Amino acid sequence: MRQYTNVIVAYSIMILLIILVGVFQSWAIALSILNFCLISAVMTMGANIQWGYAGLINFGVMGYTALGGLAAVLVSVAPVEEAWSAGGINIVVCFFIIVGMIFSIRYILKKFPKSKKRNYVIVSLIIIGLVLLRLVSGPGIEHIEAVDPAKTGFLGGLGMPILFSWIVGGFFAAGLAYVVGKVALGLRADYLAIATLLISEIVIAVIKHEDWLSRGVKNVIGLKRPVPYEVDLQNTPWFIDLVEKFNLGKLKLINSVAEKQDVLNQLVIDASSVYVKLCFAILFLIVVIILLIITQKALYSPWGRMMRAIRDNEEAANAMGKNVVKEHLLIFILGSAVVGIAGAMMVTHDGLFTPGSYRPMRYTFLIWVMVIVGGSGNNFGAILGGFAVWFLWIEAAPIALFLINLFTSGLADTNAFKLHLIDSVPYFRFLMMGIGLLLIMRYRPKGIIPEKINIK
Amino acid sequence: MDFINAIVLLLNYIFVPALAYGSQLAIGAIFVTLIYGILRFANFATGDMMSFGTMIAILFTWYFQSIGISLGILPTALIAIPFAIIFMILYMLTIDKLVFSYYRIKKSPPVQLAMVSIGVMFVTQAIVRIIIGPFDRRFFDGERFILKAVEFKEMTGLNEGLAIKSTQVITLVVTVIVVSILFWFLNKTKTGKSMRAYSDNEDLALLSGIDPKRVVMITWIIAGILATIGGVLYGLDKSFKPFTYFNNMLPIFAAAIVGGIGNPFGAFLGGYVIAFAEIFITYAYKKFFTYVLPDALEPDSLVQLLSTDYKFAVSFSILVIVLLFRPTGIFKGRVL
Repeated sequence: MRQYTNVIVAYSIMILLIILVGVFQSWAIALSILNFCLISAVMTMGANIQWGYAGLINFGVMGYTALGGLAAVLVSVAPVEEAWSAGGINIVVCFFIIVGMIFSIRYILKKFPKSKKRNYVIVSLIIIGLVLLRLVSGPGIEHIEAVDPAKTGFLGGLGMPILFSWIVGGFFAAGLAYVVGKVALGLRADYLAIATLLISEIVIAVIKHEDWLSRGVKNVIGLKRPVPYEVDLQNTPWFIDLVEKFNLGKLKLINSVAEKQDVLNQLVIDASSVYVKLCFAILFLIVVIILLIITQKALYSPWGRMMRAIRDNEEAANAMGKNVVKEHLLIFILGSAVVGIAGAMMVTHDGLFTPGSYRPMRYTFLIWVMVIVGGSGNNFGAILGGFAVWFLWIEAAPIALFLINLFTSGLADTNAFKLHLIDSVPYFRFLMMGIGLLLIMRYRPKGIIPEKINIK
Repeated sequence: MDFINAIVLLLNYIFVPALAYGSQLAIGAIFVTLIYGILRFANFATGDMMSFGTMIAILFTWYFQSIGISLGILPTALIAIPFAIIFMILYMLTIDKLVFSYYRIKKSPPVQLAMVSIGVMFVTQAIVRIIIGPFDRRFFDGERFILKAVEFKEMTGLNEGLAIKSTQVITLVVTVIVVSILFWFLNKTKTGKSMRAYSDNEDLALLSGIDPKRVVMITWIIAGILATIGGVLYGLDKSFKPFTYFNNMLPIFAAAIVGGIGNPFGAFLGGYVIAFAEIFITYAYKKFFTYVLPDALEPDSLVQLLSTDYKFAVSFSILVIVLLFRPTGIFKGRVL
């Protein structure tokens, strides 16, 4: 029991903080913080699988998140029939050209010995393929993007429930991770970091500018939700009754009927947004718990032991007959898939997909701060890191404002220096993140909840 | 005549801008590669360190402008650079003292130092945004063009104009001066040689009596100089915005690795490789072909290999290809 004390204490503090936000700010804010904490927790678990278990640096978190988001769009949006008939064939043909290129190159690679001639053939194949792609896709894309560009202008998706996209997002990310892993995993640690970061930038560039696929920077809005809409809830009798029951005491104090109705309406509107967020929180919590169980099991299984062995001493593990390259690739794929799930969850929560908002600061470096601060190699630590850092990221501005007012209380309200500081309150979150990361790395390098290995 | 027009067109839209952009990248890449070679970590704070240096230069420029000092046709920022460099070096040395030296003495793995540099990145970014704000700032003054497109047309009687911005020339001249001094320093002076020895083999360098503290300090000083100059040149040519500077870190990394990390000369050329590739591949050649080809063969489309949206993606793809086929970079760097 004793070894879990610090875990329990840390989590209680975290939950208490969120409850405090609920009491002092509002429950809607507290719940949306909680939701994003849970999403961040999934992301950190993914990064932790790669970094904590196997010591692989993946700075491409942003790319996998965006792919997960793309999955949410492609799964849930209804197909745009017009666009399909306008240019769908071209896209399908392009798909087959790509598949054909890959298979023919693989065939050549397998069949013929390494030689200059082979390289030339492969290069010419690629060039011919690219030209073909350009010729086939060009008119198709033009037609697709011309279909009602203000509203659609893309192929749409499959029109399935958005919850499927969480799994599909995982697969998308896993597919990308397979390719990236094949290319980059042989690199030394900090090169892997740079390479994955740059590859994720390429992914974002593609998602941002291929309008036929994702609408690009025009964004996809109004995605379907797995939970009820606020507007519908506000007109459902059982929900209104429920709100009334909850607030009986408050409502009793009001005498006039009209006023009572007004207050009740306001309460219903507030409660509906809280209810929706609560539903999301429950869904996310289920995902987090399932992932936590799986990852904990994996961590303490023979496989997890092997991963740690590879992480701590690659040569020794290799000498013991473990296939380091294969295991690295596998864990890279698994971790990325988890990040992809988180990406799909996030788009589901927001109800919109904005490719322009994927930036390395928020989706790569922040996630890494979470992993390091929480404690790499320990799932509970990673989740706590996600919670704590996200909480600080959101609440940094109010905290900074409070501190600025405290320290400059001697100055007049019109003081230029004070006004400048208050204007730049949003940027104090970067400062807090940076200082937090530096302090943790210096004085508690294993994170808030360090990795524990029981040796029997 | 058409042929000359076509060449002028390429000069105007590809060669001159790429040369300026490449110089800016090259200085940043040398900065990255020096830190990597001597301090042995990938510095993720590169972009933000450059924006910090530029910010100080801008503050000095504003001060000089307010008291009426100027260089006439040259931008005032040029006088501000030396002052900014002093502050930047102080900043670099402080960061090293407070943050990096601890891990260096402990001999932490490079990954840990890279993580720490992310912390530094966050802090530097915050400081820059708190002091100067996140907005676009232009601090260029003086004469904008050395050669205007219209003047060129009148002079030569060609259809195509060739415009040369003074910032482009300044960038090129300053880069040539800085880089030659740097290479002279690294190759000819005793301190430079000791730095290269330290980068090659730390233990051997220590055995032969090279003082590691001195080497590290000089590296940070050079890094501070390069960061400030590179940042100011970029800001003069385009504009200063903290977010762009942060993003510039990526092509700079690409340039350093493509050139062979740890190899300053490779990084220098890598900058140009990246810049030329980006602009070559995303330029629409339609007009060029209309000049060169006979009328019957004139293309209808833009003849653009990739749309300009993929500008960054081009440099990253080059990096991936280089990593795949020649992991030491084009000009042999460290083996990864």
